[in-house]
Amino acid sequence: MSSSCGAPDQAAPITGAEGQTVLSGRVVSGEAPVGGAFVRLLDGNGDFTGEVVSSPNGEFRFYAAPGSWTVRALHRTGNGEASIQADGPGVHEVAVAVA
Amino acid sequence: MSRENVLVSAQWAEDNLDAPGVVFVEVDEDTSAYETGHIPGAVKIDWKNELQDPVRRDFVDRAGFEKLLSAKGVANDDLVILYGGNNNWFAAYAYWYFKLYGHDSVKLLDGGRKKWELDGRPLSQDVVKRDETNFSAQEQNLKLRAFRDEVVDAINTKNLVDVRSPDEFSGKLLAPAHLPQESAQRPGHVPSAINVPWAKAANEDGTFKSDDELREIYKEAGIDESKATIAYCRIGERSSHTWFALHELLGYEDVKNYDGSWTEYGSLVGVPVETGTGKE
Repeated sequence: MSSSCGAPDQAAPITGAEGQTVLSGRVVSGEAPVGGAFVRLLDGNGDFTGEVVSSPNGEFRFYAAPGSWTVRALHRTGNGEASIQADGPGVHEVAVAVA
Repeated sequence: MSRENVLVSAQWAEDNLDAPGVVFVEVDEDTSAYETGHIPGAVKIDWKNELQDPVRRDFVDRAGFEKLLSAKGVANDDLVILYGGNNNWFAAYAYWYFKLYGHDSVKLLDGGRKKWELDGRPLSQDVVKRDETNFSAQEQNLKLRAFRDEVVDAINTKNLVDVRSPDEFSGKLLAPAHLPQESAQRPGHVPSAINVPWAKAANEDGTFKSDDELREIYKEAGIDESKATIAYCRIGERSSHTWFALHELLGYEDVKNYDGSWTEYGSLVGVPVETGTGKE
């Protein structure tokens, strides 16, 4: 763990997240993963909360809190978004298609 | 303050990649992005390993800054164009260092790496080596930097702008949502602070909003333009982004960045802390 603000490796196994609410997923275009997309987490009011860059396999994750969230992805080939409801701690999966 | 004096567009940058006397510098905490491709000709600065003091909890001192920029090949008469990932957080932090150490000829690339990539502009993996220079810095301009006692004194007297997300402000989260939750000893915010998340100042593509939009956002949030302002976040980089918006774009005269930010304040013994939304 560090006190820094750089996002950890988005493809690494999720560890040390016991009791945390993790939103984990993949950016895709059709069936193909989209790496290098800017993935933004918006809260229930649509306000920006965090942003990461998807891994080469399109993966991303956020350490959030229970609630309603929107995940929005921006890429030079297109944008897209998906909603996710996290009712409690654990890993919640979400896929975001860009077009 | 005119925005042309402090910001350049991606198009200007692409048109001036080879302009003499212009040095592009990518600043990031995680420099792996630079290795996979950077703006052609840009040198890199590693925020964590090169801009922080290796022993004390502080950033590089004047001599260290001079040594670093000399080694990077930045001269005193160069125009430095800073950019980076994370919506220019660390580039804005570095911009603040440059101003703090008296190098005025510095601008931010509007939108940073994100805008550049979304535009599909060229990236290069070529190794960049510039000739060493003899860069000289000034003493820190402490009109731009706030320390903890000043923040405590500012409660209910100055504008305190907490630029973290609403959940960090209220105490629900201790760190941004893309990070494991660890940071200060206590969650919450400095009493009397207003919460204007840094992202309010930015468009989705990472560029800054217009001056009119910015002025409206801070006015609506309750900034008193007649008072001095201190901005803070968790470790001082997001608040550099807001410091840039308030001081460099809007031209508010007395704006300081509290680089100790919540990581320091939320671990202090005996200082007042507030949780919740801060609104009545």
